[in-house]
Amino acid sequence: MTGVIHVDGLRMRYGTADVLHDVTFQVRQGEVLALLGPNGAGKTTTVEILEGFRARSGGRVEVLGADPARGDERWRARIGVVLQSWRDHGKWHVRELLAHLGTYYTAYATPKIRRPWDADRLIAAVGLTEHADKKIKTLSGGQRRRLDVAIGLVGRPEVLFLDEPTAAFDPQARHAFHDLVRGLADDGDTTVLLTTHDLDEAEKLADRILVLNGGRIVAHGTAAELARRIAGEDEVRWLMNGRRFVHTTADSTAFARDLFARHGEDVRELEIRRGSLERTYLSLVRQAEAAS
Amino acid sequence: MTALRAGWTRGLVELRQSFTNGAELFSHLLWPGLMVAVLFFVRDVSFGGLPLAALALPGILGMNAATGMISMSQQLTADREDGTLLRAKATPHGMPAYLVGKVVSVSGGVLADLVIFLVPAMFLVEGLRIGSWPTLAWVLALGLVATLPAGAVLGSLFRTARAQGLVQLPFIAVIGISGVFYPLTALPEWLQAIGQVFPIYWMGLGMRSALLPDAAVAVEVGESWRHLETAAVLGAWAVLGLLVAPIVLRRMARRESGSSVAARRERALRRIG
Repeated sequence: MTGVIHVDGLRMRYGTADVLHDVTFQVRQGEVLALLGPNGAGKTTTVEILEGFRARSGGRVEVLGADPARGDERWRARIGVVLQSWRDHGKWHVRELLAHLGTYYTAYATPKIRRPWDADRLIAAVGLTEHADKKIKTLSGGQRRRLDVAIGLVGRPEVLFLDEPTAAFDPQARHAFHDLVRGLADDGDTTVLLTTHDLDEAEKLADRILVLNGGRIVAHGTAAELARRIAGEDEVRWLMNGRRFVHTTADSTAFARDLFARHGEDVRELEIRRGSLERTYLSLVRQAEAAS
Repeated sequence: MTALRAGWTRGLVELRQSFTNGAELFSHLLWPGLMVAVLFFVRDVSFGGLPLAALALPGILGMNAATGMISMSQQLTADREDGTLLRAKATPHGMPAYLVGKVVSVSGGVLADLVIFLVPAMFLVEGLRIGSWPTLAWVLALGLVATLPAGAVLGSLFRTARAQGLVQLPFIAVIGISGVFYPLTALPEWLQAIGQVFPIYWMGLGMRSALLPDAAVAVEVGESWRHLETAAVLGAWAVLGLLVAPIVLRRMARRESGSSVAARRERALRRIG
């Protein structure tokens, strides 16, 4: 397992405002990493720097062994970017555009990675077969978004960037999209970096989650590790002498044992809620906001 | 190689699209149609012993060729606004292929418009003779090289399609002082001097030299077709454009990113909503 993305001490400053402070992380080959954070946390800025679309203020960044600010065409051919489309290429037909964009990658095929992805198979993979001959401007929002993903994949990228990929998706489209990304990651050839403010999505898709808030990484790890990290996250509720009680604790089992030992049968309607990643995330963001 | 091949394909696809959708097909037919109508109404008017229609037709051809500059500039602004350029940037060799594609589709469109105008006009207007195909070809080719890069520069200076609309006003003003519909010598001398700075006059002059009998030279400035000067002025615009355009385009492309397109989208949607 080798590192495909290295970010070391990344800083970004617009005018006098720092939007990224000393961001450091790595992504291994074949890994799906989610940058999770509220709006304005610096996720998009980070991704745009890694895509080579934005110049950074400081720090070291490497993607596939090259500095994105100086990536050449060969480097560009190994990167896939899923952009948020709006109305570009509206007059093109779905298959026509994918086949056309594919030709840009032909020269960069290697014995191991055949480029580009065959247009019809790619269209099938993103579930657009019925719409292959439609004009792009006639597609629905969800269909356009799947086309965006197909465009990002057409060159069989070794690193794929997805910025808020499922914003404005309906639940069904979101589910299909998650399957698609997981499928890519399971092949092990594609490293995926995605940003999202949706915790549920990060939990479903990512091998590892990086929580970004106020331009700093405030936590990182697998979904399970993150959920475990914060003490006092289990919630215990009970009813006693006609009053409702709520208590948060790291060790809910011990707390309940103690509760019964002291009050015995007075304790009623006991309910223990396991610390969810959602509460972890919210409390991390709250903590970070309180600190700044 | 990839850039040239992909750009060529891209240009042909866009050209085909512009003739297969109603709105664009209409604009392809509108201007040539209006110009044919203008020639029809002035068919009995003459100037300096020559029919005005015959004098005006080559100038209109030259002017139409110069409108490629406006299309180039408009399309560039629109493509930046809607994210087409950002897609090109995310693709290997995408930007050069995009530009090659634009040059192919815009000049193809200009040539098609010229034919759409010229064929009916030739039946309508007497006193024309295609004296020199080579002259017609080089003036047209050099004219396109002189105007398309300038159009690309204009297109990258404007941030929104709305602001871009303003380019049309000075363009129309320049047409007015370029001797398209009447000889330049009918204008005061200081206006003549300004008109001769821009390529439209020279493209029209070159077209007249290719399409009019030799006697028609009498109404031109200096009573000469001035081929050398035509080549020099158009050549200067071409060189200037080809030097400046890559710099401006590169600077514009560097600024493109997902968030800049998203910001423009939001602004545009707010305007609509």
